[in-house]
Amino acid sequence: MSGLVLDAISMRFDLPNGDHVQALKNVSLDIKTGELMSVLGPSGCGKTTLLNIIAGFLAPTEGAVTLNGHLVTGPHQERGMVFQKGALFEWMNVRENVAFGPRMNGVPKSESAGKVDHLLEVVGLHDFKEKAIYELSGGMQQRVALARCLANEPDVILMDEPLGALDALTREKMQGLVLKLWKETGKTIILITHSVEEALLLGERLIVMAPRPGRIHKEYNLPFAEMGVGADLREVKHHAEYALTREEILNMIWDMEEEIMGRTEGAA
Amino acid sequence: MTILLIYIAIFIGAFLVVKFITSRLEQRHDFTSLKTVTFGDESAVTANRTASVISIVAIFLIWGAFTGSKLTPIHAPGPYQGKGQFDYVVEGPDGQRDTASVFWQVEDKKGAAEDLEIAEGDGFALNDAINIIKYRSGQLRWDGNDAVSRKDGARIVEVDGQATDFDPNQRDADGNLVQDRPRFRIDNGSVTMTDKGALLITPYQGWQMEPIWLPSPEAVWSRIVEIASEGYQNNTLLQHLGWSLFRVVAGFFFGALIGIPLGYAMGLSDWFRGWFDPIVEFMRPVPPLALIPLVIIWAGIGEVGKVILLFLAALWIMTIAARAGVSGVNITKVHAAYSLGASRWQIMRHVIVPNSLPEIFTGARVAMGVCWGTVVAAELVAAEKGAGMMIMVASKFQLTDIVIMGIILIGIIGYGIDILMRRAERWLVPWKGRS
Repeated sequence: MSGLVLDAISMRFDLPNGDHVQALKNVSLDIKTGELMSVLGPSGCGKTTLLNIIAGFLAPTEGAVTLNGHLVTGPHQERGMVFQKGALFEWMNVRENVAFGPRMNGVPKSESAGKVDHLLEVVGLHDFKEKAIYELSGGMQQRVALARCLANEPDVILMDEPLGALDALTREKMQGLVLKLWKETGKTIILITHSVEEALLLGERLIVMAPRPGRIHKEYNLPFAEMGVGADLREVKHHAEYALTREEILNMIWDMEEEIMGRTEGAA
Repeated sequence: MTILLIYIAIFIGAFLVVKFITSRLEQRHDFTSLKTVTFGDESAVTANRTASVISIVAIFLIWGAFTGSKLTPIHAPGPYQGKGQFDYVVEGPDGQRDTASVFWQVEDKKGAAEDLEIAEGDGFALNDAINIIKYRSGQLRWDGNDAVSRKDGARIVEVDGQATDFDPNQRDADGNLVQDRPRFRIDNGSVTMTDKGALLITPYQGWQMEPIWLPSPEAVWSRIVEIASEGYQNNTLLQHLGWSLFRVVAGFFFGALIGIPLGYAMGLSDWFRGWFDPIVEFMRPVPPLALIPLVIIWAGIGEVGKVILLFLAALWIMTIAARAGVSGVNITKVHAAYSLGASRWQIMRHVIVPNSLPEIFTGARVAMGVCWGTVVAAELVAAEKGAGMMIMVASKFQLTDIVIMGIILIGIIGYGIDILMRRAERWLVPWKGRS
């Protein structure tokens, strides 16, 4: 059995005051190898929890995650992760950051050097490989994070709002880069985002999650990621179906937020 | 008080002069100089180096001016150094009066000047002469050479035209004086009377400090040169300072050797944190100086005791710094390292240790400062050699120049240690505060 399988994942933890939080309830997903999946939802819908479970940082209270047939029990280099920010090592330069994974796994420098150089070329940072991390802009730092993740050749790349801290223009450029990397490497990518536009562009498959308890609300299969590869993303956005789907999802999330607000107001 | 006012005057005066001069010079056009809002913008405030230089010069100028230094062009008025004379009127027991003169001169030290040759004068009160040591008062038994004496009931009724009815023979039942003792103004000094009616002559003291209170800068400098070449208390200056430094480095080294791993353990293990938290939190507010007596009882005044004391001074600071360094690791860095395939040991080596270095350096700077202060204090209490011991012994012999020399050298070394630590910090953890 290949691909990533989430089998009836539930996540429930106790609070100090005796209450408990049902962060996820009965989430099942079957993600094929090479699939680009984006996860969208209002805050508190458990999408980061879900990603942390897949990464192996959290153990679900019920259900199991399997990758290519074996059970996920903890973090492993087969599942690479790209964080929003702050995950790069400031005490290493760009090249050392990218070479970190191979080095940890005992790959000799002579073997990894070529790959690191190639990846830096791909993300457009070849001229910056000896720079310190704090000398780079936010967008460049995320390029380093992408390259660092790819250097380990993971089967699955998990992205936790990787472009959330970037300005709009840089973000758009980076979206193009993610699409390009997805197409070139053929990796399975799961991307969490707050932005509906980004979820539409960077998801062959789009999951909308609902809060309280966190669950899958709706699923889409979209053509925009395929269209966006190598193309102008702004043109994709002019597509009629893009605008329709965007409105539909925005309304969906809007209603969810309204419902949360109403519920808390009713409680108060 | 006067010195404070002078200092404030120099501060303001230098400010105005420098502002005037710089306003005449070419305007600079860097980013800061173009800011219109600088008040409240901390980044626009950098230390004015001209002010720093003038500040140091001003301290030496004031120091020199009030100690009669040859290096400074201006001096505060010094003590009166010449001769003087005043008249006094004696009333004999029979009510008759006679005038006599007192001739006095100031000498540098006892026996430095020859006695004054004076005419005796006439009448029953004869003229007197006295030598007074600089900065001191001279007590004159004016009736020593007179035909009448205080025992007979003679007393002074006038000094330099200023009358008094003070009578030292008027006492109450306990033998205390009934009247206040009078004070007379004379040229270049003042005169008071003692309980027994003798004259106490105090020449004008001036504003300068006696070397025993504050020696001049060149006296301190020549003391430095002398002790650097000849040594003091069986050790050369370098040995004294070297021993103090050695104790600091040794104590700090052992403190860091134990404290950093302990801090890491407290940051990484709940058992370690629970076990050592009460100890660390209890020992942290205990000033190392309070441990000196106990350490002397346990380990004596030798090197072992000193190093143990400094070890204890550095230990808690380094422990807390290392613990804070571990707690300060961003969890995403650890997560990222795990999902890149790093093992626990690799995460320790490549993530936690480098990430905690800035905190540890901050702790090391604090610890070195505390250690340096503690070693001097410990040497002041008891030691056979060291910077603190040097000034403690010197103060017992009132060798103020050595005391000041010691203070200056201690300050310079403490400052030097901090500069070195900052250099090391910039070199080893250039990413500090930039993530």
